[in-house]
This record gives sequence, C-alpha cells and structure tokens, in this order.
Amino acid sequence: MLLGRVCGTIHSTINHQFYDNKRLLLVDRLKKDGSPSGKYLIAVDTVDAGAGETVLVIDEGNSARQIINDTSAPVRSVIIGIVDQINV
Amino acid sequence: MLLGKVIGTLTPCIIYPGLEGVPMLLVQPLDKNMKAEGGVIVAADSTRMAAPQELIYYEGGREAALALEKWFVPVDHTIIGIVDDVHHLDLE
Repeated sequence: MLLGRVCGTIHSTINHQFYDNKRLLLVDRLKKDGSPSGKYLIAVDTVDAGAGETVLVIDEGNSARQIINDTSAPVRSVIIGIVDQINV
Repeated sequence: MLLGKVIGTLTPCIIYPGLEGVPMLLVQPLDKNMKAEGGVIVAADSTRMAAPQELIYYEGGREAALALEKWFVPVDHTIIGIVDDVHHLDLE
C-alpha cells in the first residue's frame, strides 16, 4: 500500500463503464515523512476522502478488484483509508 | 492510473489476433500539472472516442487488457477515459 495526499479531482464523462459515477481523485504519493515524492496517481475513492487528507492507497489490481468486488474490473489504484497519524 | 495526452493515431496493418479493430493511439504521458513527462507510448483506446489533443487517463499492466471487451489480449497500456476537467486543490 502507498501513502498519498489528495491534491485534486478528475471529472470525466466518457470512460470505461466501470468508472461511471466513481469518484476519481488525484493523489500525490508521499515519502515516509509525509512530504510529496513528486510522483502521483489517479485512484478510485471508496472512503469519501476529502481535500488535502492523507490517505492509504492500494496500487495492485487483484486487491483492488477484491475491494470493488468485481473480478474483471480494470482498476488498480483504490483509496481504502484516511490516515490520522504517522509515527516514524 | 496516470494522465496522458493523445498526440496521434496509429493504424497497424498486421496485428495480434483479438486486437483487430481496437483503436491504437499515440499518447504522451503527463505529470499531475499536465506537463509532458517520459516517452511517448502507444495505448489501446477502450472508449473508442479519444481524439488527438485530448486529455485522457490510462492504465497499465493487466488492468489495461481487462479494460477491453476481448480482454485476453496482449496490451500493456489502455486509455480508460477522457478527462473533462482536472481540478487542482491549492493546499499551500
């Protein structure tokens, strides 16, 4: 799983039918100390993460499909948690 | 998934069985601020509607193949959707 911070939203009307009425968030990938690592990804939100929140992102297809409960969904990045605190 | 910009189309004359008729587009990967980043890739288009200069998001790996109708095909990048708007939240 990856640490991320919600830094934007993606609006799209023409997409693969799996992504209809799914919330797509732009997520900055973070280093362990919480600072942005420069990389980003677009993830499907399942926990209603808000702007600027630190989130836990699954970036692996098999787990993502288990979470979404659809064995042939083309999904890989899913936000599964909102992080309160990081102790390093 | 990552952002990309369609910069051209590509018409193969011979292609692996199962990929006939699947639109192939040239895509320039972008960073989150829509600046070009990395080399151009060729992506299959699952929406069948992406046109040059359009902002898209694409997926790689197995999910790229899963996004096509006949999904047991050798594809490693597929356009999943066309972006209407990217709304950046100013967090500073």
